[in-house]
Amino acid sequence: MTTTIDGSGLPSRTLLPFLDREHTIARPGYSRWMVPPAALCVHLCIGQAYAFSVFNLPMTKLIGITESTPADWKLTELGWIFSIAMVFLGLSAAVFGRWVEEGGPRRAMFTAGVCWASAFLISALGVYLHNLWIIYLGYGVVGGCALGIGYISPVSTLMKWFPDRPGMATGMAIMGFGGGALIASPLSVWLMGKFASSSDVGVFATFVTLGCVYFIFMMVGSLIVRVPAPGWKPAGYVPPATASKLMTNNDVFVYQAIKTPQFWLIWIVLFCNTTAGIGVLGQASAMSQEMFPGQITAVAAAGLVGLMSLFNMGGRFSWASLSDFIGRKNTYFVYMTLGFVLYVTVPYAGASGNVVLFVICFLIIVSMYGGGFSTVPAYLRDMFGTRYVGAIHGILLTAWSAAGIAGPVLINYIREYNVTHGVPKAQAYNTTMYIMAGLLVVGFIANLCVKAVDKRHHMKPEVDADLAQAAPSRA
Amino acid sequence: MQNTSTSQTTTLQLVLAWSFAGIPLLAGVAQTLVNAMKLFQ
Repeated sequence: MTTTIDGSGLPSRTLLPFLDREHTIARPGYSRWMVPPAALCVHLCIGQAYAFSVFNLPMTKLIGITESTPADWKLTELGWIFSIAMVFLGLSAAVFGRWVEEGGPRRAMFTAGVCWASAFLISALGVYLHNLWIIYLGYGVVGGCALGIGYISPVSTLMKWFPDRPGMATGMAIMGFGGGALIASPLSVWLMGKFASSSDVGVFATFVTLGCVYFIFMMVGSLIVRVPAPGWKPAGYVPPATASKLMTNNDVFVYQAIKTPQFWLIWIVLFCNTTAGIGVLGQASAMSQEMFPGQITAVAAAGLVGLMSLFNMGGRFSWASLSDFIGRKNTYFVYMTLGFVLYVTVPYAGASGNVVLFVICFLIIVSMYGGGFSTVPAYLRDMFGTRYVGAIHGILLTAWSAAGIAGPVLINYIREYNVTHGVPKAQAYNTTMYIMAGLLVVGFIANLCVKAVDKRHHMKPEVDADLAQAAPSRA
Repeated sequence: MQNTSTSQTTTLQLVLAWSFAGIPLLAGVAQTLVNAMKLFQ
């Protein structure tokens, strides 16, 4: 146990000093290109969350093995596991954001790795004892905290290493979150097939294996990550002497940032973009089959979902990279404007039976959904500076949690209402598409209202330490 | 405490780090692409 000075300027005792920010400062000669793979190691693992549904059906047969028995869990009960995890993702990112920022990326990645592995091991115990509450606690609560801490852990570090291309840098990491499901889904199915027997569906052993594999991956990420030395700049990079209209060279304290209208305007922008995207992402399979009966089969719909996953992942990198050139505000204008046109086009594509147009619309929509996530850290950095951007980003992710509830509810309930009121299934989604387009108009207006943060919110060196000490770290 | 000694990152370290993260990702992308092709069948 050693005593160090933490980010708030107060002495703190740490059990594992090698995790401290001071021990992760890069020596001269360290390549900044080592940081994106470190971030990917974490994001690829926690991205598994998007593939958790592959366990739902096998977990309804843990007792019956070949078919569900009355003692087996129901799909509706299992659905709560993912929902709890998403809620705790948002909560933990908001609550632990400042701790992540001040403790440094290695401590955060290490903690996320321990929590993520524990989530699988606790869930394995839940499967073994056939107690769903243990899985709610394991994957839902502990896993959700791993998701929140892991998601924001490399964000500000990447932007400090890549001040010349912050969008591209965070795009690489957040692309990993989208890509995690592409790995986890086939891997989980393959493992369950290997471990399954006449008396076991293989979920227990798969959870244990995944917990161990993810732990190793995330530990490697936490070991190779480094923070740049104070004052470090990439070779040849000259920071702009005067900040542009929407880019500040000053920092805003995390709890001061949430008092600014800019924070809440960006919250609305992210909420609208995510709600619209989540709505179609979760329902793409059913929607495509119902809008094009006989043209898009269940197998083809599964192919569309796969293709959408790729565009979701690719959009995270490409849109965020583009934002380095055209600016963050303009990138969100593209999301909102192009998104509006595409959502309005979907009903037309359905009515005219134009499958190609429908598929193109969905692929671009989902790429902008992913792009919305990866562009927002750099947007926050432009507005509030680099120092507390991870913590501010953590609080902003509550927009994701809110959208996770609003998106599916909007699309499901409106479809249900339409169907029960005699609207043909092929047209049941039209109203929803227009509502999503309307949401993007709201997002457009919110984005339009984003102006530079008032100077009175900027941190000043003399009050910097006082502020940090006055607001107790929450972890 | 800032360490002033140098530690040059080698090309091998970079290749290993990117491979460690990139190979599983590429495998996942390839598998998804194969499944996605069903849309065009």
